[in-house]
Amino acid sequence: MKPRKLVVISSGLSQPSSTRLLADQLSAAAVGAAARLGVNLDVQVIELRDLAHEITDNMLTGFAPAALKQSQEAVTAADALIVVTPVFSASYSGLFKSFIDVLDKDALVDKPVLLAATAGTARHSLVIEHALRPLFAYMRASILPTGVFAASDDWGANSVEGPLRGRIDRAAAELAREVERREPAVVTDPFALTSNFEDMLKNL
Amino acid sequence: MQFGIFSVSDITTDPTTGHTPTEAERIKDIVTIAKHAEEVGLDVFALGEHHNEPFFSSSPTTTLAYIAAQTKTLQLSTATTLITTNDPVKIAEDFAMLQHLADGRVDLTLGRGNTGPVYPWFGKDIRAGIPLALENYALLNKLWREHTVDWQGKFRTPLQGFTSTPRPLDEVPPFVWHGSIRSPEIAEQAAYYGDGFFANHIFWPASHTQRMVQLYRQRFEHYGHGSADQAIVGLGGQVFMNKNSQDAVKQFRPYFDNAPVYGHGPTLEDFTRETPLTVGSPQQVIDRTLGFREYVGDYQRQLFLMDHAGLPLKMVLEQLDLLGSEVVPVLRKEFAALKPAHVPDAPTHASRVAARDSKKDEVNA
Repeated sequence: MKPRKLVVISSGLSQPSSTRLLADQLSAAAVGAAARLGVNLDVQVIELRDLAHEITDNMLTGFAPAALKQSQEAVTAADALIVVTPVFSASYSGLFKSFIDVLDKDALVDKPVLLAATAGTARHSLVIEHALRPLFAYMRASILPTGVFAASDDWGANSVEGPLRGRIDRAAAELAREVERREPAVVTDPFALTSNFEDMLKNL
Repeated sequence: MQFGIFSVSDITTDPTTGHTPTEAERIKDIVTIAKHAEEVGLDVFALGEHHNEPFFSSSPTTTLAYIAAQTKTLQLSTATTLITTNDPVKIAEDFAMLQHLADGRVDLTLGRGNTGPVYPWFGKDIRAGIPLALENYALLNKLWREHTVDWQGKFRTPLQGFTSTPRPLDEVPPFVWHGSIRSPEIAEQAAYYGDGFFANHIFWPASHTQRMVQLYRQRFEHYGHGSADQAIVGLGGQVFMNKNSQDAVKQFRPYFDNAPVYGHGPTLEDFTRETPLTVGSPQQVIDRTLGFREYVGDYQRQLFLMDHAGLPLKMVLEQLDLLGSEVVPVLRKEFAALKPAHVPDAPTHASRVAARDSKKDEVNA
């Protein structure tokens, strides 16, 4: 089995949260789908609630405190991401966006990302298309075709095998295929020199 | 090893009294602070450069010349001089002039400046920050070393047969430090020229400073200026002291909580853990400062930020008293005992003149 790293970002605020529930179902499905392709996904879940203070501190001071820094490094080193946000005021939550704001601008370049969102009503079901997709397109992520939106209705007892399950499995399979066909993520060292001084002067 | 203070020249309301000093007040205060630095036995006073409120120091060489006239031993430096938005010709002239007036007690630290709106006021673009720093310094370096300069670059009007006057004192240019928080290109630049590298150090975790200094040291050796541990390193530091450490925390907290750079963000305790800020007893400051050496190696210059965030003059002067009487004498002794003989001291005008003359002797012998 090829070892690969999956990082799951969940920005639900309550405990338990339907955002985390969706995140867990997506990551379990991704692990299963990847295993069938010979990939062993190591999963790390980042709960943004735990980092809320540090994210604000980072905005004000310009550097990430220790726990946030570890999370940022995990994101940069991940072979794929699953990101799940609740819908607040018709878009991703402010905390979710703030975490993206304190990532390095190149942290998500070409990284497979599965977009997911939860809301209290199905009227928000296009949030992935009008809010999340543009954000991750800007970050130049490799966005998976299937996004997974879940409203309160989707969590009903008779939906265990329903349309949400089908979307989760389809998205998980897309993620597994992307991870399987790629080389492992390479982290560039921000302090590494890419050219020597003479060349830097010549290429002003 | 040199010890001193650096000021960013901010005019900030004292959060405990609501008093905001006038520019006139703050400008006179900075002169008092610099003179007091010499009185308490410190070696260096460095002044920042800003072209926007709430800072007053748009013209550091004017201020430093005035201080030079009223001091005897104090080394005058900058923190930093903007190599991006200033004309390198004017930097060459201003600092050579200051060198003559101050009998050589002058060096400077170059920085890019990170305030976006300032660049266009000087016809520049912050996105070209690194190229500006590289080209402008290449010219500055030449103007101080060659009498008649022909030059053409990308950012400035070409020069034909130009001589920067006055020539550097004794034909030895001021020593240059290059400051950067996280741009490896600037560490490379400092290493290439065999100049000093100054790590601001105070607003970021130590791991950053460690990586930048390590890179600078490696490249200093690569370019043949000496072994990595002979490279010239300076560090910033930020302290607030009281003989009783709990009183230090109590006194400094309102200034920390409202400080322009990090206020309303992390707690004082968080920031103390994550950055080199030390608020406590003189002994705590001694222990923390000695610890810097463990991740940057033996270094040549330690500057402390003491007069910011609205701290009143009286309190700043008391801090300098503590620094001069209880902290620096111990640090001097301890650092000196740890430093191997082959690691040089911070360059001064006298040491640079001597080095130049011994090189001449070698050639003539």
